[in-house]
Amino acid sequence: MIKIKINGQEQSWDGDPDLPLLWYLRDEAGLTGTKYGCGQALCGACTVIVDKEAVRACITSINDVAGREVTTIEGLHPSGDHPVQKAWRQLNVPQCGFCQAGQIMQAAALLMDNQKPSHDQIREAMSGNICRCGCYQRIENAVHLASTGV
Amino acid sequence: MNFIENPKKLRGFEKHVRIEKVSRRSILKGLGITGGFVLAAPVMSRQALAYETGAGKMPHGVVVDPRVFVAIAPDGIVTIVAHRSEMGTGVRTSLPLIVAEELEADWTKVRVQQAHGDEVKFGNQDTDGSRSTRHYLIPMRQIGASARTMLEQAAAKRWGVPATEVKAVNHEVVHSATSRKLGFGELAADAAREPLPSIEGLKLKDPKDFRYLTKGQVSIVDLRDITTGRARYGADVRLPGMKYAVIARPPVTGGKLVSFDPAEALKVPGVEKVMEVRGWPWPSKFQPLGGVAVIARNTGAAIKGRDALKIVWDDGPNGKYESVAYRKELEEASRKPGLVVRKEGDADAALKTADKVIVGEYYIPHLAHVSMEPPVAVANVKDGKAEIWAPVQSPGGTREDVAKTLGIPEDSVSVNVTLLGGGFGRKSKCDFALEAALLSKELGAPVKVQWTREDDIHNGFLHTVSVERIEAGLDKSGKVIAWRHRSVAPSIASTFAAGTVHQAPFELGMGLVDMPFEIANISCENPEAAAHTRIGWFRSVSNIPRAFAVQSMVGEIAQATGRDPKDMLLELIGSPRIIKLDSVKDLWNYGEPYDSYPIDTARMRKVVELVAEKGEWGRSLPKGRGLGIAVHRSFVSYIATIVEVAVDDKGKLTIPRVDTAIDCGTYVNPERIHSQIEGAAIMGLSLAKYGEITFKDGKVQQKNYDDFPVIRMDESPLVTNVHIVPPGADTPPSGVGEPGVPPFAPALINAIFAATGKRIRSLPIGKQLEA
Ligand code: FES
Ligand code: FES
Repeated sequence: MIKIKINGQEQSWDGDPDLPLLWYLRDEAGLTGTKYGCGQALCGACTVIVDKEAVRACITSINDVAGREVTTIEGLHPSGDHPVQKAWRQLNVPQCGFCQAGQIMQAAALLMDNQKPSHDQIREAMSGNICRCGCYQRIENAVHLASTGV
Repeated sequence: MNFIENPKKLRGFEKHVRIEKVSRRSILKGLGITGGFVLAAPVMSRQALAYETGAGKMPHGVVVDPRVFVAIAPDGIVTIVAHRSEMGTGVRTSLPLIVAEELEADWTKVRVQQAHGDEVKFGNQDTDGSRSTRHYLIPMRQIGASARTMLEQAAAKRWGVPATEVKAVNHEVVHSATSRKLGFGELAADAAREPLPSIEGLKLKDPKDFRYLTKGQVSIVDLRDITTGRARYGADVRLPGMKYAVIARPPVTGGKLVSFDPAEALKVPGVEKVMEVRGWPWPSKFQPLGGVAVIARNTGAAIKGRDALKIVWDDGPNGKYESVAYRKELEEASRKPGLVVRKEGDADAALKTADKVIVGEYYIPHLAHVSMEPPVAVANVKDGKAEIWAPVQSPGGTREDVAKTLGIPEDSVSVNVTLLGGGFGRKSKCDFALEAALLSKELGAPVKVQWTREDDIHNGFLHTVSVERIEAGLDKSGKVIAWRHRSVAPSIASTFAAGTVHQAPFELGMGLVDMPFEIANISCENPEAAAHTRIGWFRSVSNIPRAFAVQSMVGEIAQATGRDPKDMLLELIGSPRIIKLDSVKDLWNYGEPYDSYPIDTARMRKVVELVAEKGEWGRSLPKGRGLGIAVHRSFVSYIATIVEVAVDDKGKLTIPRVDTAIDCGTYVNPERIHSQIEGAAIMGLSLAKYGEITFKDGKVQQKNYDDFPVIRMDESPLVTNVHIVPPGADTPPSGVGEPGVPPFAPALINAIFAATGKRIRSLPIGKQLEA
């Protein structure tokens, strides 16, 4: 039996310990905000925060996060008003929106680590997250906005 | 109860009016609750607008009926139906916003409801071809104005005053003479009993009174849900008892399953069943390829189970498809005459006598859509009925195809449209929904079919592959006197009919026969090319290779004659005029009547001049940097782009700045135009720099974002500026979703030439700058 804490709630799993966290979250726990985009840590759509770090849930097994604290987009902020989320809305970042949960989690993790990232640091930190719709200009501006106060 | 007091009022449409019973929806009181009727015909009143569109010619045409699209509850909440699919363009917001504008509704009291797939009720729902605003601006205004008129009539009756004395203002109807007011909610029930006003008599708002349209102040309705993880895409649908499936499909188009061994797959924890999925022979439109499905309790288990399958395939007739050899075939075909699809003067003769002939042979490979959300669908088929939840661009077509595939009537199929995590044309094909329907029927349980990214790349409907060969003949003065363009590419029609070797009119019409230059001798030809994989629409479609070739050739001519590329471009476009294309047999013109949407070189010149001004064409740049320009008309919009590129001594490319000018006629939401054009620059850069799907032994060689890369933030342009041409009073709306892509690659390639003196004729750029 594997125990993990997801968005503050204790959960347990007694199935395949190698099951990627992504599919546990989406299919078993019903937390569908975290997305599948590639399954190979190439796109960042599945980004969640484990303890204080952004990780790709598609290549992280449920066993890897045993006893740790996982935050998904649903748990980022109780009312959905994390500075990153607010900045995203203020700048109308999303197009289709499918990549955005991963982008937001990545940005939130970046700001935990570095409160005032430079232009280059933002571009570097966000480059693991693909947006096929091409919202990069706004994502970059929104991360900057979130870091300077929304 | 008949809503049409006098059907004759709807002149010209009487024959098409059909009454349909719609069940009462308990929550929604007022307009829209008790019935619906359909005008399965274009509703374009001459008096209300100065142009016509091709909307009426789309399957099931246009429905203009407030009772189908608008409901008002007693508490005043207005529900507006969005009948087109949201894939990132903002259409789910924009179309209801048009209704709200004319209705005088307060947007904060509007809720948007997604239509299910039902084209008899809602009219055409194919969300493709950059058509939604262009076909629905006026119908949505008419719907809003009809509902507003009914509310005004109801209020006037209640007060016993003439309807001309009352006016809807921001969610209320007002009688200013007596300072009386009634909220929309209070009037809803009465308004529903008012006769439907005649469309011809409707008074549309004066654009100067717009509160929302053209302002760009309204955010998309799903913004909060998207940023909080609550937005529901196809992959997010969960039903009680739902099974999770992935499918192993034949790796070669036209291949078949020979045998499979499920033993190892069945040992994987969570895997419940392995079963064959029915496939159809190639080509068969959007029918599933067939294969072996692994059914599990979650997607992860299904994927792991599939990895453990042992399968023997018969590769069939396309087992030898190989991209290097195929390219040679296309090149050879382009060097010989082909089917002439446009002819003015005598280009062959003029090329022979020309002082100089410039030849460009351009190659653009297959591309995959790789929308962020891979194809996915949920189906529940039970007791002869099917319910589908899927991110589809054509809900009506999906309903038809599910019915046909399962052999049940269309009435027994309902299609719920989720948000689409990107579409780009891939989700116009509903094969994934058909797979889910077939599996659910056999399992007797709801099932979700999830495509992996590898499936998406291996078994998609790819963008075609083409060689575009252009020969330009110049006279002694450097004037272009002859233009021969041969375009060779397998056609999308090959996915519908075996043996197709020529492009369809809709493909020829994307940048080949509609080439806008003022040249005396023109020949456009289409030599034969047979398909060996499924070809499909990809955002901007054939405009990608055509714009790349034509606009690169402009750069080459400028280079050969020592002219400024922008001046050269304007000289080739020539005088401001409406182009006549008498020699083109079947001019597609994006399905639009040519009178409303002619090829207008004045508008084309205008976007070139605007982008040159705003994009500071001619500014001086340090060594290793260059500017490139390109213009293209597609989806009846005009777009010009300037790209600034910097290439370092290792051949590494960065894009300091992009400027794009767009003339898309009358528009609704400039903020979403900006986002579409910003995104188009990224997609254009992705395909120019990396986009290439290749085949070997009939199989796609790429598999995921590592070997089919797309642009990431660190490579994206530092700034993309969008400049919108203010529309003339009567300029009809035109496309926005697609037209931004085609000019990007040639502008970039022209910029690379300016920066390095290197002319790239084969996409993607790949390592060509490194050598
Ligand atoms: S799905 Fe995990 S990185 Fe793409
Ligand atoms: S918004 Fe569509 S993929 Fe990023």
